This record gives sequence, C-alpha cells and structure tokens, in this order.
Amino acid sequence: MTNRNMWVGGLAMPVMAMLLLFAGSPSVRAADQRSAATAEVKIDNFSFGPQTITVPVGVTVTWTNRDDIPHTVVSTDGVFKSKVRDTDEKFSYTFTKAGTYPYFCSVHPKMTGKVVVQ
Amino acid sequence: MDDHIKHDHSHDGIDRRGFLKCMAWAGAGTLLVLDGGVVKSFALSGLDKHSAHDLKGQLSFVQISDSHIGFNKPANPDVTATLQTAINKINAMPHKPDFIIHTGDLSQLSKPSEFDTLDQALKGVAAKQIYFVPGEHDMLSDNGEQYLERYGKGTKGAGWYSFDHKGVHFVGLVNVANLKAGGMGSLGHEQLEWLEDDLKNRSASTPIVLFAHIPLWTIYPDWGWGTDDSEQALSYVKRFGSVTVLNGHIHQTMQKIEGKVSFHTAMSTAFPQPAPGTAPSAGPMKVPADQLQKVLGITDVNYLVSGRSLAIVDSPLGDSGSSASKSGRGLAVIGSSIG
Repeated sequence: MTNRNMWVGGLAMPVMAMLLLFAGSPSVRAADQRSAATAEVKIDNFSFGPQTITVPVGVTVTWTNRDDIPHTVVSTDGVFKSKVRDTDEKFSYTFTKAGTYPYFCSVHPKMTGKVVVQ
Repeated sequence: MDDHIKHDHSHDGIDRRGFLKCMAWAGAGTLLVLDGGVVKSFALSGLDKHSAHDLKGQLSFVQISDSHIGFNKPANPDVTATLQTAINKINAMPHKPDFIIHTGDLSQLSKPSEFDTLDQALKGVAAKQIYFVPGEHDMLSDNGEQYLERYGKGTKGAGWYSFDHKGVHFVGLVNVANLKAGGMGSLGHEQLEWLEDDLKNRSASTPIVLFAHIPLWTIYPDWGWGTDDSEQALSYVKRFGSVTVLNGHIHQTMQKIEGKVSFHTAMSTAFPQPAPGTAPSAGPMKVPADQLQKVLGITDVNYLVSGRSLAIVDSPLGDSGSSASKSGRGLAVIGSSIG
C-alpha cells in the first residue's frame, strides 16, 4: 500500500505541474475559450452603437461609418485617433491594456462613446 | 416655405398680427424692412426702382454658407451645381454686393480638390472680395492646415480676424477648432481675449457684425447647435447699439433678437437639414428633387442709411419667392429660395 501511495504521489506532482503550466498561459485560454477577437461599433445617425462596448484585452474594435456625413473616432485621453472616416469607411484599434477608454467624434463632439477593456 | 416662423425663439414685443400680414406677402417676393419698430415693405420685383436709395444704403453684402464641396450623397448629388446656381443668383441681383461672406463648411472633407473646385466656382461671382470662416468640415486634415493655407492670410489662431467696411466693424470668429468631447462649438480663451481687445476701444455707435460657422446662440444642444463659450463673446458686444450675428452650420434659417443683438443663420447651398428634434439626427435631409432649390439659399444683407438699420434677405435658390422671418429693431430678415 505504501508503495502505491508513494507511486501516486510521485505521479501527481508532474501531472499537477503540467496542469499549472497550462493554467498560467492566458493567451492559449483566450484563443480557446473567449469570444471572437474583434468587436463592431456602428456609427449611425450621429451616434456610436453600442455607445458603451465591453471587450476582453487583445480585442480589435472596428468602427464603421454608416452616416452620410464623415465622422472621426478620437480617444479623449490621446490613446487613439482615426483619420476622418466618410460613409462606409472603417477605423480599427486593438486594445492591449485593460481600462476604460472614453472617445468622441472630433467633428461632432456631442457624439461620445466608451470602450471598456477587461 | 415658411418654416422660419416655427422657430421663433424671440419675444421682442413686435406686433404679431402686423408681422404675419407681412409674412403672407412674402410668398410674392417681398422685402420687409423694420426700421425703429415700423415695418416698411418693398416688392422684390420692384427692387431695382428702390434699390439705389432705399435698399442699398451704404453697404450691401451677401452671406453664403455650407457649400460642402465634395458631398455627393442622395440629399444632393451635385453640390457644385447648386453652388453655381447660388452664384448666378448673386450675379443677377439688381445691386452688386460689396463682398461675400462664407460662413464655413466650404468643403466636405477638407480635401485640396474640394477647395480647388470651390475657388474655381467663386471666381465667377460678381464681388471683389470673399471673406471666409471655417466650418468643422474644413478642419478635418491637420486641424485646418489646408484651410488656413488657402484662406487664413492675415488671420490669427485658427483663422479669426476683423475688418472695417463703410463704418461697420466685421469680426470673423472660429468656433470649430479644438472641440471637446460632449461639447458644442467653442471659441476658446485665446480668441475671446483677442475679441475683447479688438472691440474695447470702439465707439458704441459702431455697427458690429460677428460671423462664425456654428450658431453663437443655443438652438439645440442635443445636436451641438450652439457655442459653449459664446456668452463671454456676447458680453463684449452688449454695449454696442447694433449687433448682427451671422452663422451657418444648421442649413436652415433661424433668427433671434435679444436686445440690440440680432442672430441669424443662413441656408446651405448644398443640402438642407431637419428642424431641431424632427429627425433622429442632424444629418442631410432628403427632399423631392423639385423641392431642393427651395430649401437652399443665399442671404442678402443691406445696411440702410436711415436709422442705421440692417435688412437681411434670405433668398432660396429656387425663385418661388421669399419668406420673411422675424425682424427686430432696425433689422428685417427675409428668406427667399433659389428654386
């Protein structure tokens, strides 16, 4: 009996070590278990939809302008800034750090939105 | 035709019945002049008989706005053509304007080709000088570098300046630079300081005309139709006997009188926008093709000798007559379409 216990104990550690190794690889976990690596925001009727979007770290958010008028996507904290986007043009930004990112359209500043990265 | 009356924001004690009677004449093309509270009317068709003395007075200029050269969506697939119609209308006026004021959104996307097309078209206008202020659409590349290069000579900061003409002091203001998230138009500290200094030594009897792209009074905050720090600017003109504020941006005529200050917005030469709150957003408004020219227009401003009054006539591009708008002390505002 002792031998078996010792043998199990001996095996457990390497197995445990392997499990821990996998648990500590967030990128692998993200690819397997999280949702798509992109998220969409539509610009329509002078507003961002959804106005607040929550995404995991590493996700690329793509804004698409569906208005007849050009807009921009500008972070209020200087993190990102699109060129002017006319109808059907897009802007993408990949969020590599967790945090809250308020932004607005610099042409029509009443248009505001937020990206929450968790 | 008379959308203007619906936007009556002022309560200036003008006899509404008399005013509305004049409004009914407006369909036939009438120029109304309110001089010290008394309304005088002139038929637009007989303008040339009156113009030399009664109407032209000492100073006459035309305001155009929001040409949006480069816009090509359904609301107007050819904004260059409607700009040309506006220019033709100016050139056909019985009295030639001393100059043109363009209150911004010259271009749609601040592209060099768009500014080129505008300049080319304006070469044909019968006026010796054109004064500009930028709209937010003219600031889209490098904070307005293109705009300043072409139209900013002799201006300060983002393109503000002043000049005098026949005793009237004109100030071109820029309220579309450095806009803040969640805000409306903005003049900024530096420009306000300059404005205070520019006005401070002038006699209170000097007529003042301020012009800027976004309205300098709050029309509809939800759509950004106002200027966050305009109160400060207006405090500097409070002591003057006659102040006229000319704006664009909203693509429809609206006016308000507050004491001695008359505010007026012009139609666009490109496309109309909805009245406040009547649509999901302020974007270009589609109208039936045969109606388009009725909702685009120019504004003719005449400074009359008697009583130092200013007559402002908005003319739709479509020539179906004009509509009179609210008038005030020394001021008459009339709209007429180009189509």
